[in-house]
Order: sequence, then structure tokens, then C-alpha cells
Amino acid sequence: MNPALAAARAGLSRGWIELRQTLTTRADLFGLLFRIGALLAVMIWTRHTHVPGTNFSLGTTTLVSVLGLNVVVSGVVTMGDLLVAEREDGTLLRAKAIPNGMSGYLLGKVVSTSGQVALTVAVTLLVGAFLFTGLAIGRPGGWLTLAWVLVLGLLATLPAGAVLGSLFPSQRSAGPWWLLLLGGLSAISGIFYPITHLPAFLRWIGELFPVYWLGLGMRSALLPNAMATVEVGHSWRHLATFGVLSAWAVAGLLLAPAVLRRTARRESGSTVAARREKAMRT
Amino acid sequence: MEDVLDVRGLRMRYGGTDVLSDVSFAARRGEVLALLGPNGAGKTTTIEILEGFRMRSAGEVRVLGADPARAGEAWRARTGVVLQSWRDHAKWQVRELLAHLGRYYAPYSTADVTRPWDADDLLETVGLAPQARKRVRDLSGGQRRRLDVAIGIVGRPELLFLDEPTAGFDPEARRDFHDLVRRLAGREEAAILLTTHDLDEAERLADRILILSGGTIIADGSAGELARAMPGRSEVRWSRDGQRFAHAADDATAFVRELFRQYGESVGDLEVRRASLEDTYLALVRQAEQGSPRTLTAVTA
Repeated sequence: MNPALAAARAGLSRGWIELRQTLTTRADLFGLLFRIGALLAVMIWTRHTHVPGTNFSLGTTTLVSVLGLNVVVSGVVTMGDLLVAEREDGTLLRAKAIPNGMSGYLLGKVVSTSGQVALTVAVTLLVGAFLFTGLAIGRPGGWLTLAWVLVLGLLATLPAGAVLGSLFPSQRSAGPWWLLLLGGLSAISGIFYPITHLPAFLRWIGELFPVYWLGLGMRSALLPNAMATVEVGHSWRHLATFGVLSAWAVAGLLLAPAVLRRTARRESGSTVAARREKAMRT
Repeated sequence: MEDVLDVRGLRMRYGGTDVLSDVSFAARRGEVLALLGPNGAGKTTTIEILEGFRMRSAGEVRVLGADPARAGEAWRARTGVVLQSWRDHAKWQVRELLAHLGRYYAPYSTADVTRPWDADDLLETVGLAPQARKRVRDLSGGQRRRLDVAIGIVGRPELLFLDEPTAGFDPEARRDFHDLVRRLAGREEAAILLTTHDLDEAERLADRILILSGGTIIADGSAGELARAMPGRSEVRWSRDGQRFAHAADDATAFVRELFRQYGESVGDLEVRRASLEDTYLALVRQAEQGSPRTLTAVTA
């Protein structure tokens, strides 16, 4: 068998094993369900508030937008954080010590993270269909949009997560930055409130990042078409969504391998041992 | 046959100081080499350069016929590195992890070597068969180290690196581990390079001992050869007329001959103890630190 193919298969199985572990480890499963539950609970509060200028439920709109935000959280933060943590604990070094191990490791992470995103979306929509009014989940075109937005969204965010994860020296130092990054971005990306109410320059900054476009893409897939009227230009802007997310994906896929190689090159038994000693002292 | 390891004039500089100034040695197939030396002598640096995990400053290094700084994945598949686990792969089951990591080696099987090592067979070999379905985080410290060894050899390496493999082992675990290493070198014909602080371990395991001090190899040979080549004194003990005697002799044989000539049958409880590896080691390192580098090469390849 060809080594690259063997590594690809090993990577796929690694992703599947890790996904299964998440679903069978009580704390991990609880964390996943808690996130979904908390999301639904918060949106239920705003179920009867209307999106300004319409009589459509703000809760439904926000629920869908947050699914888009969730892709970024999983793609960037989960991926980045795992990479920081697993560099610290020596998982990455083990991958480096076996032939094509790094490729298999990364593919595994992509698979397990994507699987978690797909699960989150599925469970949220399943429960949301009963609790919220106005979700347009009966259209085949909508599912198609959901599929390409999800895939492109993961491609745009996972490499970015890997790059950011390579930059932080330790998991502890990474935490506050993730929060700042996501808090700031979701505030200017129309996740909780339409972006049209923001000053123009903030809107432009928001439009540079994938969070806004993932939210918009999700809304276009799962809300009635008439809701496009509250968006910028009264349009779902599919072409722009495709363009911006693709640009992030291309940039990330070009940058990530080099950054990851550089990070992996610096790993050795003594660097992991030094971190272990540091972690045990503090 | 080509040497598995061939190191010539290896140098490593950090900032302005040489951690390794001139390290040269070689190893053949199936040979077990122990790298000894005081803390900070550069044992770990040396081993990490040979593993391809660290760039060297200068020198000629061939590991399995390739330069580890540039060698590819096919080369990687022929080496094994035993890493110290900490909390990685905590949720994985023991057998699951071993079988998974083994998959990467499958394309690198040759007519002589079937890769990877079958997971169940390997678990049996390292004595982890009863723990096969346990999660890694539920293993004891000793079991975890055995898993580390199993991961290091799952690809049936031609060359295995062990950096202080038995640190923190209890005596029984240490004995089991020594048996395993001897079996690997014997049956699998793997060359093994290990670093250790335990002289007893080095003496028991290694075919050849290298002592690293002051950035260079100051001794290279088997434990017996090092002791013989070192002008250490042997200790002679005996008893006569119920009285015990001890004497440090430069030439123990001549001393004992003279002893018998003078006192004949009244000599009893004779014991001759050659300088131990520990004595040799301490003497050599002391000499090197006092700045009278005297390279002792008992075996030249």
C-alpha cells in the first residue's frame, strides 16, 4: 500500500475513534450537550421578540446565526486549543515519531472536529424544529446551501485554528485570547443582532471575517427567503459568502502546513519533558 | 555490513558554548549501546540529534545510512523512539492505540521485516495483554512505560532510541524491562541506543558503553574492557589465623602469588575485586573534569 494512502486511512480512523471517544466519555458528551442545551435555552427567551422591521422571531434568527458561530468556535477554538494542548502533552511528538504520523494526526483532527460540528447542527435543528417557529427546513435547496456553507466554513476555519494553535506557547496562555477574539467578532458579525444597525466601519471589519459570512450562510439556508430583506443589500449574498470563505480557506490551507511543520520541528523529548516539569511545579 | 550508526565530529553549539564539541562513535546491527555521562553532558542532545528531532551545528552523522536532519518518512519507519508518556492519548484504549499507531508502518514492510508488529502479540511481549481494553489514563506508571516501549517498537525498528528508559521504575519492573531489551536486541536484531544514569543497568544491558563528558566521548568499550584499560587498583581481601586483611593492589595477580608463597595454606577467604564500572566511571569523569582529557578507547571499530 502507498504510504500516503495508509496515512490517510489511519487519519480517517483516528478521527472516527476520537469522535466516538467524545460520545462515550461522560464529561465530553455532557459538555457537547450542555452547549446545545444552553444555546436553545437562551434563544427560547427571545422567541417572542421580533427582528426589527419584521414580525419574525428574533430567537429563531439568532439560533440559526449561532449555528454559524459554532462552526467558527469548533473550527478555530476547538482545533487550536486541541493543538496547543496536544503539543504540550506530547501527542504531537508521538505523531512526529512515526512515519507520516503528522498527516494522519491532522486529518484525524479535521474529521473529529467536523463530526462534532455536524452533530451539533443536527441535534440543534432537530430539537429546534419543535421549539421554534419559522425554521425553513423543508426545502432541498436549503439543505444544499447548508451543506456547502458548512463544508466551506470548516475549510475556512480549521486551518486558521491550526495556525493560531501553533502560535500560543501553552493552553493556559491561549484561553483569554480565544474569548476576546470570539466575543469581539460575534459582536460585529450580526450573530445576535442584525449587522445593518452597526456603524459602517464596524460592519466592514466584521465582513472581513468568516463569522459574519457563516451566520449569513446559515440564515440563508434555514430561514424563509423573505428574511433576506433585513440583510445588507436585501440579499443573502451567496456569491460574496462563497468568495470570502474560499479566500480564508485558500489562505489557511497555504499557510497551515508551513506553520505546523515549523511547530512540529521544534518538538523533541526534552521540550515535552520541560513543559511537563513546568506544569507539575505550578 | 554498513554501520547502523556512524557519528563523526558531531558538534552542537548553544549561544556561545559547545554542548557537544567532538562526538564520534559507531554501532552495528543488534548492538546495545549505553550512553553514560554526568548531568548536562549532552546525552539527551546527542540522542535527539540522532532521532532527527534536533539540528546539529556541525559534524557527519549517518543513521541507518541517512542524515537524520534530512531523512524522510521511509527512514522514520525503520527507527523507533521510546517517549515518556505524560497524559497524551488518555482516552484511548491500550490495544486500540497500539493497533492505530501500527497502521502507519504497514506500507514499509519488506521481505525481511513484516511491519507492524501484531498488536496482540506485542501486548503479550511487553506484558500488557490483561490491560488491552483499559484506557491509557487508567494504567499504573509501570504499565504506562511498558506501553511507551510497545509504541516505540510497534514498527519493528532496526534502531531503537531509549532516553532514560527506567527512570522511576521499581526493581521488578526494571528487571522485566531489561529482559525485554535483551530479547529485542537478540531476536529482533535491533540496534539499541540508550541513555541512563544507572551504571548497573548499563553494565547489564549494554554490549558497549560510551561515556560522554565535557562535550566528547571519553571512553568507548564493554564494561570489562573499560575496567581493564583503566589503571584502577583491585582490592584483595583474605584472612589468616582468624584475622581479616585487605590490600589495594595495582597488580592483583602478582600480589596474590606472593601472598601464597609467603603464607601458603594459612591463607583463607580470598577475594579479589576488580575496579567496578562505577569506580571506572567516576575516575574517568573526574579526570576529564580536571582537564586532563585522556581518551580511552578499548575497542576501535
